[in-house]
Amino acid sequence: MDLRFTPDEIAFRDEVRAFMRDALPAPIRRKMVEARRLEKDDIVTWQRILNARGWAVPHWPVAWGGTGWSPVKQYIFHEELQQAPAPDPLPFGVNMVGPVIIAFGSEAQKRRHLPRIANLDDWWCQGFSEPGAGSDLASLKTTARRDGDSYVVNGQKTWTTTAQYADWIFCLVRADPAAKKQQGISFLLIDMKTPGITVRPIQTIDGGREVNEVFFDDVRVPVENRVGEENRGWDYAKFLLGNERTGIARIGTSKARIRRLKEIAALERAGDKPLIEDERFRTKIAAVEVELKALEMTQLRVVAAARERNEPDPASSILKIKGSEIQQAVSELLLEAIGPYALPEETHDDADRWNEPPIGPEWAGPLAPHYFNWRKVSIYGGSNEIQKNIIAKAILGL
Amino acid sequence: MDLSLTDEQRLLKESVERLLMDRFGFEARQRFMAEPAGWSRALWQSYAELGLLGLPFEEKHGGVGGGPVETMIVMEAFGRALALEPFLATVVLGGGLLRRGADEAMRSALIPKIARGVLLLAFAHAERQSRYDLADVATTARRDGGGYVLDGAKTLVIHGDCADKLIVSARLAGARRDRDGLGLFVIDADAAGVSRRGYRTVDGLRAAEVVLSGARVGASEILGEPGKAFPLIAQVADEAIAALAAEAVGAMAATHEMTVDYLKTRKQFGVPIGSFQVLQHRAAEMLIALEQARSMALFAAMMVEEPDPTERRRAIAAAKVQIGRSGRFVGQQAIQLHGGMGMTMEYKVGHYFKRVTAIDALFGDADHHLAELARLGGLIGAREAK
Repeated sequence: MDLRFTPDEIAFRDEVRAFMRDALPAPIRRKMVEARRLEKDDIVTWQRILNARGWAVPHWPVAWGGTGWSPVKQYIFHEELQQAPAPDPLPFGVNMVGPVIIAFGSEAQKRRHLPRIANLDDWWCQGFSEPGAGSDLASLKTTARRDGDSYVVNGQKTWTTTAQYADWIFCLVRADPAAKKQQGISFLLIDMKTPGITVRPIQTIDGGREVNEVFFDDVRVPVENRVGEENRGWDYAKFLLGNERTGIARIGTSKARIRRLKEIAALERAGDKPLIEDERFRTKIAAVEVELKALEMTQLRVVAAARERNEPDPASSILKIKGSEIQQAVSELLLEAIGPYALPEETHDDADRWNEPPIGPEWAGPLAPHYFNWRKVSIYGGSNEIQKNIIAKAILGL
Repeated sequence: MDLSLTDEQRLLKESVERLLMDRFGFEARQRFMAEPAGWSRALWQSYAELGLLGLPFEEKHGGVGGGPVETMIVMEAFGRALALEPFLATVVLGGGLLRRGADEAMRSALIPKIARGVLLLAFAHAERQSRYDLADVATTARRDGGGYVLDGAKTLVIHGDCADKLIVSARLAGARRDRDGLGLFVIDADAAGVSRRGYRTVDGLRAAEVVLSGARVGASEILGEPGKAFPLIAQVADEAIAALAAEAVGAMAATHEMTVDYLKTRKQFGVPIGSFQVLQHRAAEMLIALEQARSMALFAAMMVEEPDPTERRRAIAAAKVQIGRSGRFVGQQAIQLHGGMGMTMEYKVGHYFKRVTAIDALFGDADHHLAELARLGGLIGAREAK
């Protein structure tokens, strides 16, 4: 038993760290450090830099651009990427639909989509949730009626992140209206340019517009765009949701944010001294750091166990719950650190075009929106309450 | 990085778990508590035969040369069983001070006896005013001829009532809370000038109040350089914390299992109460608290021999915070989910709760270590354990 990395793993970590230091464009790094919103171009630019290095899809099979790294090296890579802090490769492509296509898709689908996912030539979004199907996803109602070589899709998806940028959407639809709940679901890949698709933005409490409603009105989708078999979509969706293990705890992100928090707390004043020297505030930071270190060790235990098992580990629900709680706790401390300068609203649409000086310290502007926006992390990807249901059933047998 | 146990470690785990399963059921524990020492001498001999009492010591002293991971394995099993024996006092604390601080003559005289199960030690360090400050020592050691004379009062000396020898911290120089000026002295527990008052602690274990009035020790019975004992005390206290963290994890894991079993069997409203979502979620939260604690016990085991004392202190402080918080949550919720059953002395779950409560109060509680971690600048920015 040895917590230390092997010399080989250390050399690898140094290589990744040096790459992140040298290859991540400074403006993107700055936005990441300051918790500002990224533009589409930032994400595309960075993923293409990663892809050119062969690191956009390290967890995929080598034949499709994967690296063949051990679970420990995958972990190190993610940790270094998040600590840089660099953006994650677009998850809807590389973590969600990519692995589904690899596992269940046709050869034609693989050849057509996988290289374009890796290089972010196509921006993907996820069409799962509906107005009436959130935590109870299997109650989704969007239909796909078979008509010759096509499905005709009608219905509505919602909370669709970055649909406004998307070239493609992967959707759960109901092709068999007679089948019971989970059994009637199929998994379709839909070109967002197809006639009949309307995207309507939803503004969130932070002022951002990252999620959307997506409406389907007689949208014709070639049958060849179905993944796997008809009515097996629920299995593929479960595979997809259980697959999101690596990096779900976002430990590297939380570390980078805590470093930022300490920077800001050293600049802010509380009475006659820097905020970081205020015992109460310092103790609150330390309490989060303890939880984060514990979670990092829990993550390493899951990574170590991953060598011996190939299916998703129900312990990943622990990583999701604790990881999101920690991210939210750090977002709260960042908000508290700026005190009254949580108040001025920095409108997101033209933040970069503001020529006037900011109200209050320059670091304050993004932190209230970040705090508001980060309430999402305990909701998306299966809410923390759903994760507790999973723990109760899959681990505890209740 | 490798988090798996070696074959030898797996064997150790299996054999200690088997011994405790065979010999240390809950009824046996009640019987042992009623013995004169408050624990089982016979079981202590079995520990010796299994090599547990020589676990951290060198082979030339009759030990098995184990490290913190071996201690973690044994302590976790003790936690699960709710063991009563003076392993922490004799092997981890007393043994730790001797193997790190004593000269070769004393080591080769005393450590083989520990390993054989014929020498019991206790660390007489805390005092009424010291709370959790390891440097706060008012007991004095005055040079007198060829030796020293000790005067002062020690409190909460774990298993001090049964110890054959005490290792006493005392001040040779400096003000009451100075880190400089401390010495560690090995003295027979029944020596002239040493009086003890033994008592039971809330967790069913034993402790003693020790008064030293003109107790004499020889010049060769001091550990290390006179006046320079603080780093050794801090190191061994951290080793005790790492060991207690593992014990707490064993206790919490058993607590959680008992609670989940209870949820599956106890029926109300015509159904098992574990079918209620509010209780399912509570059980899930207990599991998360347990796993976070397990992770930090592992972290503590891996960092306790870190050569940089500040790095070690940060890591161990963080572990003690997590253990304290998780232990409190898991223990309290276990009682709550057992309802009235959890309140009864004859049911085991309450005894786990009392042990994890005691562990939080040993060598600094969660708040104490959190404040220290914050003073040391936290964990991030600190060098990573890689």
